[in-house]
Amino acid sequence: MALLDRGARAIFLWEVVKGLGLTFSYMFKKRATINYPYEKGPLGPRFRGEHALRRYANGEERCIACKLCEAICPAQAITIEAEPREDGSRRTTRYDIDMTKCIYCGFCQEACPVDAIVEGPNFEFATETREELFYSKEKLLANGERWEYEISRNIAADAPYR
Amino acid sequence: MTDAFWNTLWTGYVFPGGLILVHILMLTVPLLIAVAYLTLMERKVLAAMSLRMGPNVVGPFGLLQPFADAAKLIFKETIIPSGANKFLFIMAPCITFILALIAWAVIPVAEGWVIANINVGVLYLFAISSLGVYGIIIAGWSSNSRYAFLGALRSSAQMVSYEVSMGFVIITVLLCVGSLNLSAIVQAQKTVWFALPLFPMFIVFFISALAETNRHPFDLPEAEAELVAGYQVEYSSMAFALFFLGEYANMILMSGMTTILFLGGWLPPLDIAPFNWIPGIVWFCLKIFVLLFVFIWVRATVPRYRYDQLMRLGWKVFLPFSLFWVVATAGVLVAFDLLPKGV
Amino acid sequence: MIIQALAFYLFAAITVASGFMVIASRNPVHSVLFLILAFFNAAGLFVLMGAEFLGMILVIVYVGAVAVLFLFVVMMLDINFVELRQGFLQYLPIGSLIGLILLVELVLVLGGWVITPVAKQVATTPIPALDQVTNTHALGAVLYTKYIYLFQGAGLILLVAMIGAIVLTLRSRPGVKRQSIAEQVNRPRDAAVAIRKVEPRKGI
Repeated sequence: MALLDRGARAIFLWEVVKGLGLTFSYMFKKRATINYPYEKGPLGPRFRGEHALRRYANGEERCIACKLCEAICPAQAITIEAEPREDGSRRTTRYDIDMTKCIYCGFCQEACPVDAIVEGPNFEFATETREELFYSKEKLLANGERWEYEISRNIAADAPYR
Repeated sequence: MTDAFWNTLWTGYVFPGGLILVHILMLTVPLLIAVAYLTLMERKVLAAMSLRMGPNVVGPFGLLQPFADAAKLIFKETIIPSGANKFLFIMAPCITFILALIAWAVIPVAEGWVIANINVGVLYLFAISSLGVYGIIIAGWSSNSRYAFLGALRSSAQMVSYEVSMGFVIITVLLCVGSLNLSAIVQAQKTVWFALPLFPMFIVFFISALAETNRHPFDLPEAEAELVAGYQVEYSSMAFALFFLGEYANMILMSGMTTILFLGGWLPPLDIAPFNWIPGIVWFCLKIFVLLFVFIWVRATVPRYRYDQLMRLGWKVFLPFSLFWVVATAGVLVAFDLLPKGV
Repeated sequence: MIIQALAFYLFAAITVASGFMVIASRNPVHSVLFLILAFFNAAGLFVLMGAEFLGMILVIVYVGAVAVLFLFVVMMLDINFVELRQGFLQYLPIGSLIGLILLVELVLVLGGWVITPVAKQVATTPIPALDQVTNTHALGAVLYTKYIYLFQGAGLILLVAMIGAIVLTLRSRPGVKRQSIAEQVNRPRDAAVAIRKVEPRKGI
């Protein structure tokens, strides 16, 4: 009887038919993927995306050119030059991040004592040319202004766990 | 020159030639559009079966995607490897593509709608499909690359092997019809489609068709994982596009062959009122569509065969099985005096 | 009629030219490809004569299967051309002798028609007329009645050749592990997996 059963299964390709049935049933199930450029998945507050340099509420740059981020950067993507400003405070004259080198580890953010350099929630910054990925200080500050609301909210959300 | 000469030239050569040209265009243009949309359908169905979206950005529901793909391929650079045999390298995709198209000359898409209604239609189809191996083997050899060559060798061995059992399947059908003419084969299925009495042969033929067109689960010649793309690895741009088009046109051709041999061609499933109002071409296309869906469905379901298993299936399972069925069918036909009469 | 004549000369010219290229081209793969072209055009000639069945069979069997195997072998062979050409003069006498014999035989076959009118009569009368019966039927009707023994004899020779090839290449090697798919598929679940209740800190 078992032989007959097995023989019948083999001849009628039972396993294949079962597999085909399974894939067919999946055809009408709800899609597991989202319609990406129009729909997006949720991001955690610790998400490490495009970099930004922040300012204080009064418009003053946060960065004090301590170069901790430059020192800790494992990919050596950050270049900082600094000198005292006219009012005597220490500021950066140059703050470059080579986004083609960056590995998005978030160490710069961890190292920063004044929460100046952060990795924001933006991950859609593909460019046409390589040069556009060498971020300057202006670009980073502009990013900071653009994403300030999301960044400050993320920092606040993550604060209890730090 | 006299008027008579021009008359004979017109009625004897120019007019029939032009008519044939129009027929060819009427068949080829829809065919190429069908090929384009088959690629879209494949991507959509595969996506649906693996819970994805599939192309949906170019045009409504991604309907213009095939044209975007074509435009991309056309504007790319054709790269010919320095070690390649130039002439053969260019010729190989042309062979594949041309063979996929000329086979349609004998396919009757509806009653009387056939470009060349020849007596040996089945043999012609079989001959053309057995030539398909040359496009691949020449591509593999002329690329002068080991991946391409390995893919080509695998593919040609596979196609030659499965052609044998396919030939026997065709013989069983011919035994029941008594003619090699494709229209006659369809007409012989007026009472019952051959898929019912010859069901096992239908399955064998379909699986052999999968192997013949290098489709999953028999897509060893391409085998992205091991051979990067098999015989196509050195091809780019339009040459690659021709391979691609040829392959998909072959899929449609094989579905058409299966339809004619087993699913009653243009005949409606039942010769009663609502069914036989619909013109034959619609039935023919519908059947091809269903078979193509199964092609893709199988791709979504079954993993790739290992090479020795593929050969085992071809030579040790299908060949004896179909040979047995040839003998059995002939025996039944003789014993019950069912052999086709006349001709 | 003009088109037929043109087609005939086209096919014939290409057949002869590619036949010549088979022996003239340096690359053996090109030789095989020219051979295929020759087969193909010969099939075209058959179709032109109304022997459509023979034409198609020529394409299926020779082009579709035999030549593929040729191509296979030639592509995989590592042929040294310099070495190959060295023996050319040495083998020239025997080669030309074989060529001569073939030529004489061909002349005899064609000459037979001229010498005996009976043979020509047999060869030129289609049985029955071509417009009544497709040539597939005509061939079958002759092949399976009048020439059945010769036909079966040819089949037997091929069978013997096939068995001979298999016997010559078959080696039974001991200690080779083989896969038995039926056995694998038929293995019941109990033979492969056993579920045991494992107590903590005890192990099995």
